[in-house]
Amino acid sequence: MSQNPYADDRGNKDASITKPGPGPTLHRGAIPAERPETQSAFLIGDQMTGGYGGGADILHDCTIAVDAGEIAVIVGPNGAGKSTAMKAVFGMLDLRKGSVRLDGQDITALSPQDRVKAGMGFVPQNNNIFTSMTVEENLEMGAFIRRDDIRSTMEQVYDLFPILRDKRRQPAGELSGGQRQQVAVGRALMTKPKVLMLDEPTAGVSPIVMDELFDRIIEVSRTGIPILMVEQNARQALNIADKGYVLVQGRNAYTGTGKALMEDDEVRRSFLGG
Amino acid sequence: MEPLNALVVLANFVLIPATAYGAQLALGALGVTLIYGILRFSNFAHGDTMAFGTMAVILATWGLQSLGVGFGVLPTALLALPVGIAVAAALTLGTDRLVYRFYRGRRAAPVIFVIASLGVMFVYNGLTRFVIGTDDQRFEDGERFIITAREFREMTGLAEGLALRTTQVITIVVAVIVVTALFWFLNRTRTGKSMRAYSDNEDLALLSGIDPERVVVITWLIVAALATVAGTLYGLDKSFKPFTYFQLLLPIFAAAIVGGLGSPLGAIAGGFVIAFAEVTITYPLKRVLGYLMPESLEPDGLVQLLSTDYKFAVSFAILLIVLLFRPTGLFAGKAV
Repeated sequence: MSQNPYADDRGNKDASITKPGPGPTLHRGAIPAERPETQSAFLIGDQMTGGYGGGADILHDCTIAVDAGEIAVIVGPNGAGKSTAMKAVFGMLDLRKGSVRLDGQDITALSPQDRVKAGMGFVPQNNNIFTSMTVEENLEMGAFIRRDDIRSTMEQVYDLFPILRDKRRQPAGELSGGQRQQVAVGRALMTKPKVLMLDEPTAGVSPIVMDELFDRIIEVSRTGIPILMVEQNARQALNIADKGYVLVQGRNAYTGTGKALMEDDEVRRSFLGG
Repeated sequence: MEPLNALVVLANFVLIPATAYGAQLALGALGVTLIYGILRFSNFAHGDTMAFGTMAVILATWGLQSLGVGFGVLPTALLALPVGIAVAAALTLGTDRLVYRFYRGRRAAPVIFVIASLGVMFVYNGLTRFVIGTDDQRFEDGERFIITAREFREMTGLAEGLALRTTQVITIVVAVIVVTALFWFLNRTRTGKSMRAYSDNEDLALLSGIDPERVVVITWLIVAALATVAGTLYGLDKSFKPFTYFQLLLPIFAAAIVGGLGSPLGAIAGGFVIAFAEVTITYPLKRVLGYLMPESLEPDGLVQLLSTDYKFAVSFAILLIVLLFRPTGLFAGKAV
C-alpha cells in the first residue's frame, strides 16, 4: 500500500476517476549509491564473457576496471574466476563477448605480448621469475622490449625493493618466497608499465611477509601506477583497495570501494568469515 | 726416473689424446645441450650435422688446396671453417623451416620432435654419403707434429717418448676459444641472456617481449657452428668417415646427460669425463704400471680393461650409472 494519497483510489471504483488496468510496469532499477565509474576507467575489461578454448564459459558479463592512481582488487571464493578474469583482461582467455580498453584504446584484439608493449605489466601467479638467472638479469629481461637506458628504472626498482639490490648477483631461484615475489614485481615494473596486474602476489608466503608485500604494493601504487590485483586474502586486500570486485561463479556479485565492501554485512558473512 | 717415465707414457697415450677427444666431445655435447635447453628435445641428428658441416669444410679445404692456398704450418681446414659453418647453418635453418617449425606451430610434444630429428638424421646421413661417399677422407695438412717422440727422448734423455701432434694442440686451443666465446655470449650479451631466459621460462620470456623465433634461429646458428667446429677438429685429429660421426652420437649424448642436459658447463665437464673414462679403460696400462710397481708385482697381462672395440660400452655404462643415481647429471640440468 502506497503512502501517497494521490496515487491511492481509496476504494473508488469509478472508472471516470481512475483508469482501470495494471498500470505502468516499466520499473527503473534502484541506483546503487556505490557504483564503479567505467567510462573514465584507465583499464577496463567490459562485460567479458568467455572461457578457455571451446569449453564452457567461465566468465559471464564480468566487468573489471581500475582507475588512474587506484588499487583495484578482485576477491571471491575459490573457483570464482578471479584469476580467469585477470587473464581475460590480459588477453589469455577466449572472449566471446565484451571488450578490454586501456587508456581509452580498445585492446581486445591484442595478444598478451602486444599488451605488454601497449603498457600493461603482468605478474603471473606461478613461474613468474627466471630462476636460473640473477636478480639483475631478471630485471634486464623485464626491460627486454626497451631499447633506451634502463639503469634509472633499475635504480627505482632497487629503491622500492632494497633487498634486491643486495641480492642482485644471486640467482633468483635461490631467494625466499617473498623475495621472489619482489623480483617478479620488479621485473614487471622494468617496462615502465602504465598499469600493473598482480595475480595473487601473496600466495604461499608467511603472514609477516604478506604484510610487507602489501606495504610494497602500496608504495608502487604511490608512484602513480594503477594496480589491478587478484587476492586470496580478501580482508587485507580490501583494506588497501580503492575498489573491490567480489566475483561469484564468474559474475560480478558485489562491487564497491574496499571500505564499503568490508562494511557490507552480506559480503562479510559470505566471503570474509563474519 | 721410473715415475717420470710412467707419467710420460700416461701423458702420451692417455692424458693428451683424452684431453683432445674430451674437447671434441664437449663441443658436440654443447650443441646437444643447447638444443635441449631451448628447443626442448634431444637432437639425434647432431652427429650427422657434424658430419655434414665437416664435409663442407673438407670440400672447401680441397678447393683451397687446389688453388694453392695454404695456412702455413696450420691445417688449411681452419681457413675453410667459416665456409663449413655457413653451409651447416643453412642446413639447420632450412631443416628448422621445413620440419621443426611445423611441429612448434602445433605445440607438439617433445617426443615428436625427437622422432622427427631421427628422420632428419637419416636424411643428413644420406646427403653426406651422397656427396662425399662412405670412405675415410684425410684432409689434414701443414706440420704434423709439434714435438715428435724421438725429439722428446733426445731432449729429455728419458726412455719413453712423448709426441704432441699439431691437431691435438689446435683442438684444445680452438675449443677453449669457442667455449669462452659461447659463455661470453650467453652471459654477457642481451641476445645471449634472452636465450637463457627463453630456456628457463618460455611463458615469462614471451611476456617480456622476447621473440621466440629469433631465439630459435640464433640457437640453430650457434649449434651449426659448434657442430662444424667439433666435427672438423675430430676429423683433423683422427679422420673423417660419415659412419664414425653417426657413432659419435652416443658419447656426445652420454657427455651431455652426465653433465646435466641443458647445462652448458655440464656438457663440457661431461665431455671430459666420458673421454677420460673411455681412453683410460681401453688403454693397456701395463707399461705405466711396469714403471711404477716393484718388479715382483709387475702385471703379466696388458692390463687393458676393455678392448677398444668395446669403447662405446664405456659411455653406455657411465650413462646408465648417471641415470640410475643422479638423473639430473653432475650440474643438475633439467631432469631427463
